[in-house]
Amino acid sequence: MTEAYIYDAVRTPRGKGRKDGSLHEVTSVRLSAVTLNAVKERNNLEGHAVEDVIWGNVTQVMEQGGCLARSAVLASDLDESIPGLAINRFCASGMEAVNLAANQVKGGAGDAYIAGGVEMMGRVPMGSDGAAIAVDPSLAMETYFVPQGISADIIATEYGFTRDQADALAVESQKRAAKAWEENRFAKSVITVKDRNGLTILDRDEYMRPGTDMQSLGALNPSFQMMGEQMPGFDKVAMLKYPHLEKINHIHHAGNSSGIVDGAAAVLIGNKEFGEKYGLKPRARIKATAKIGTDPTIMLTGPVPVTEKILAETGMKIGDIDLFEVNEAFASVVLRFQQAFDVDPALVNVNGGSIAMGHPLGATGAIIIGTLLDELERQDKETGLATLCIASGMGAATIIERV
Amino acid sequence: MADFTLTKDADGVGIITWDVPGKTMNVMSFDGLSELNDCIDQALADDEIKGIVITSGKEGSFAGGMDLNLLAVMKEQAGDDPAKGLFEGTMKMHALLRKIELAGMDPKTKKGGKPIAAALPGTAAGIGMELPLATHRIFAAENPKAKYGLPEIMVGIFPGAGGTTRMVRKVGAIAAAPLLLEGKMLDVKKAKGAGYIDEIAADPLAAAKEWVLNAKDADLVKPWDAKGYKMPGGAPYHPAGFMNFVGASAMVNGKTQGAFPAAKALLSAVYEGALVDFDTALKIEARWFTSVLMNPSSGAMIRSLFLNKEALEKGAVRPKGIPDQSVKKIGVLGAGMMGAGIALVSAQAGMEVVLIDRDQAAADKGKAYTEAYLDKGMKRGKVTAEKKEAMLARITATPDLEKLAGCDLIIEAVFEDPKVKAEMTQKVEAIIPEDCIFASNTSTLPITELAKASKRPDQFIGIHFFSPVEKMFLVEIIKGKETGDRAVAKALDYVRQIRKTPIVVNDARFFYCNRCIIPYINEGARMITEGVKPVLIDNAARQLGFPVGPIQLTDETSIDLGAKIARATKAAMGDAYPESPADDLIFWMEEQGRLGRKAKAGFFDYDENGKRIGYWHGLHEKYPLAEQQPSLQEVQDRLMFAQVLEAVRALEEGVLEDIREGDVGAILAWGFAPWSGGPFSWIDMIGAPYAAERCDQLTEKYGERFACPPLLREMAEKGQTFYGRFAPEAKAA
Repeated sequence: MTEAYIYDAVRTPRGKGRKDGSLHEVTSVRLSAVTLNAVKERNNLEGHAVEDVIWGNVTQVMEQGGCLARSAVLASDLDESIPGLAINRFCASGMEAVNLAANQVKGGAGDAYIAGGVEMMGRVPMGSDGAAIAVDPSLAMETYFVPQGISADIIATEYGFTRDQADALAVESQKRAAKAWEENRFAKSVITVKDRNGLTILDRDEYMRPGTDMQSLGALNPSFQMMGEQMPGFDKVAMLKYPHLEKINHIHHAGNSSGIVDGAAAVLIGNKEFGEKYGLKPRARIKATAKIGTDPTIMLTGPVPVTEKILAETGMKIGDIDLFEVNEAFASVVLRFQQAFDVDPALVNVNGGSIAMGHPLGATGAIIIGTLLDELERQDKETGLATLCIASGMGAATIIERV
Repeated sequence: MADFTLTKDADGVGIITWDVPGKTMNVMSFDGLSELNDCIDQALADDEIKGIVITSGKEGSFAGGMDLNLLAVMKEQAGDDPAKGLFEGTMKMHALLRKIELAGMDPKTKKGGKPIAAALPGTAAGIGMELPLATHRIFAAENPKAKYGLPEIMVGIFPGAGGTTRMVRKVGAIAAAPLLLEGKMLDVKKAKGAGYIDEIAADPLAAAKEWVLNAKDADLVKPWDAKGYKMPGGAPYHPAGFMNFVGASAMVNGKTQGAFPAAKALLSAVYEGALVDFDTALKIEARWFTSVLMNPSSGAMIRSLFLNKEALEKGAVRPKGIPDQSVKKIGVLGAGMMGAGIALVSAQAGMEVVLIDRDQAAADKGKAYTEAYLDKGMKRGKVTAEKKEAMLARITATPDLEKLAGCDLIIEAVFEDPKVKAEMTQKVEAIIPEDCIFASNTSTLPITELAKASKRPDQFIGIHFFSPVEKMFLVEIIKGKETGDRAVAKALDYVRQIRKTPIVVNDARFFYCNRCIIPYINEGARMITEGVKPVLIDNAARQLGFPVGPIQLTDETSIDLGAKIARATKAAMGDAYPESPADDLIFWMEEQGRLGRKAKAGFFDYDENGKRIGYWHGLHEKYPLAEQQPSLQEVQDRLMFAQVLEAVRALEEGVLEDIREGDVGAILAWGFAPWSGGPFSWIDMIGAPYAAERCDQLTEKYGERFACPPLLREMAEKGQTFYGRFAPEAKAA
């Protein structure tokens, strides 16, 4: 079978997803175009160099609506013969774009793709696209819908994670991210976002709080306790699905959950011939991809079954994986992954994650694949697995292997 | 005689009067619908008629709603495709009400329609409220006794004649949802605030006539039929509406524990309807309404909670040929919690009450209960000072048995000790008139045994109240071996006077209700001894629609009461008493001094104010949690079968004479899964063959208490249902 290789991976720095965030002035289409242009320039792509741009994005309304992928291609320097496909698998959209592209290449549908995604969370608020699962009673009541934060707290309660454990993971994420930036470990991937005049808008992740310690986190109030215990009382719904729980332990807050940020990322994927044609050296091959559906109420446990699935399908064992990226949507998601597979926390999210640097929903899946590859190269290790939990109860995973 | 008649007055107002012959309150029937349709057609076609007023010929009320028997008829008449029959029947109602709403106006210009108003002399419920909501203006009388609302949800359905869609559009989903979901009936002022009525008038008919004669074209156009309509409070995907809709599902789910299909359907009709135009919304409402009617739960709920409950209240099981036995003067022996409550409800019903206890202070304490109750009512503005005074004046609290002279009913609620009771019976019988009926409120002692102390065992009966008396709807009447018909009639007439629902059962240990409740509680206790998480047991019960789970219930009723009952039963039954680990648990809890809520320590921990903090984990040192917890379904089946098999055995043994009483009693006495319609309806729903098979499985796994009763086995083999075999109609045939 044809192999699908990663030739390049880029990402923008992540800006705070609010009015005073540096990227707040940049449109979704523009940030997408900046990212696509970087891939084109860095790899000297010309004409119909890739078959398609597959672009992940979650909140596909307003400026992110109307097939943002096509708009982004047209706003970029890519050739208009390259079409553009906008996709949404919530937080794994960026990963799903990469996986789809890889599988298209493996299946012979085109030589190369650019896959990635964008989310301008400060400009197009999360949830503003509506969602039947949350609003439609016939679905919300049947599936025992609760918001993600409640789900993260259910995980903590069900699997016995304490607030201290979650806070410690958050402190570690901040430490690792700070160190990674100090040592320039993201240099290969992070591009500078510039304005039309070539002036720098942002060249560094700005959400991080390097000084974070247990004490500062300890002062934060749980974010989901009110909506859980009082109005409208999501804990009762959670306990309909998990009737053996006496109460939900609300341990998550702004400091141990992923940050709301703006950002974009892209991965250049192609077969062997594509690399030869453009004189590019493959950095890794995409060994396997997987996705799965899980219980929508606890919602965020997907990384565990999807990892089991991808390992089974590839005939690998957890010990065969050298490094892991498990998206830090909430601390309990990563704690659960580490608990389920008994993996050394030192191998998971080596350079910090979404708690420290933020989680631009549609882009993160592509970001962590790039981060994983960079770190495999830095440590000169072979195999890495990236995985994310996904809204409405799903999970996605990718295994890459350096070549 | 027709239900609806059209007349014209001199000013050119067509008056459609709803007056169902032979009824004190109007109910809607098929004929009624078609007559109303004819009247509307005639009035719209008649050039002399400038406007229309729909009113009622009944004094003090407009209409009580739909004849619920109709729903069953609609289903039957549709033959092979009942859903089609129900949907089409519902759409027909929509067409009629929509015709009233559009009133012949030009569809484009919205001009030229005839004003139609509703004039309500009083109470309007169900379709009696939905019809006015389709008119252009609703006038209601200043009638303090009248109640307005859409109570359909109480019998497991929801307003399906446009009431749901119109109220959501009129006041917004968030304002309408509690009205529709709780089904509360409101007085006239609150009903106006809620949007059920538009104007309160001294003479609603005159006010309505005046309004229709002066109404302009624009007054006839409902907001939702006008251009630019926006739903109050925001539609589901409007930023303002979004979180409300997200919250609504969660709140309804939490509150109903997912156990009431009608609540889900209602909310879905609201949501889906809010996303489209009005006529499409009506179609959606009709589809959800049909789905609720097709769900066996609604049929069972209507049967038990409306038709049969009413039948029992109206004396369905009252012995024939006994003249009215209404109580005038009642003696209540024992002024403890039960006696005090019995005195309260009796005084409330206008009876003269003599409340007896061993000394004046104890008797006064019992009367003070009524005073405290009335004070609470006054604070809420529901009781006037005069009413309080009059009610308290009816209660004589005294230790003097001589005051019982002239009583026509005695209810004894003294200590649960046969000797004490016998002594009381004899002392009192020496004072009361010869024809006075003597009742015991015992919950555990056989009536036939207690009657042995009586000179007149045919006048001796059990009237078993539930606690708290003033809040619980059911009264269980127990016939001893010698109890005569007049005693039964007396008890039934008394229960009617205090506006509760009676069931009449034969004497046996624990009668009917406690006989079923005790195994439910014990099954919960057994599971604890097996290491099942207490919270799983309670949540399993709640998700079946029980108000509280068995573990919490044990704390509420107190551990020592459970222990006392277990010891007494064991003493009475001797070797026949089945040893149970549930008893070991209860005795152990008693030893630990964890007696339940009253001790602020039981299966739960409590704070200083007696508020539950959480389950007491010390329990697991004695009864460690099992590593593998059972599935929710397994726990639920054990809890359900523990109860329903007792109900079947009670029927088999003749303790229950009528399955209707078994079903209604279970829901009202201990909150048995109301959505199911009761234990017998539930077995009919799952089917006797499956029930028998499940019995066998549970017996093998958990023991003989789940053994399939021969009656159920036979029904399973014959493919019978309880209502097919035991319904009173079938009996008569």
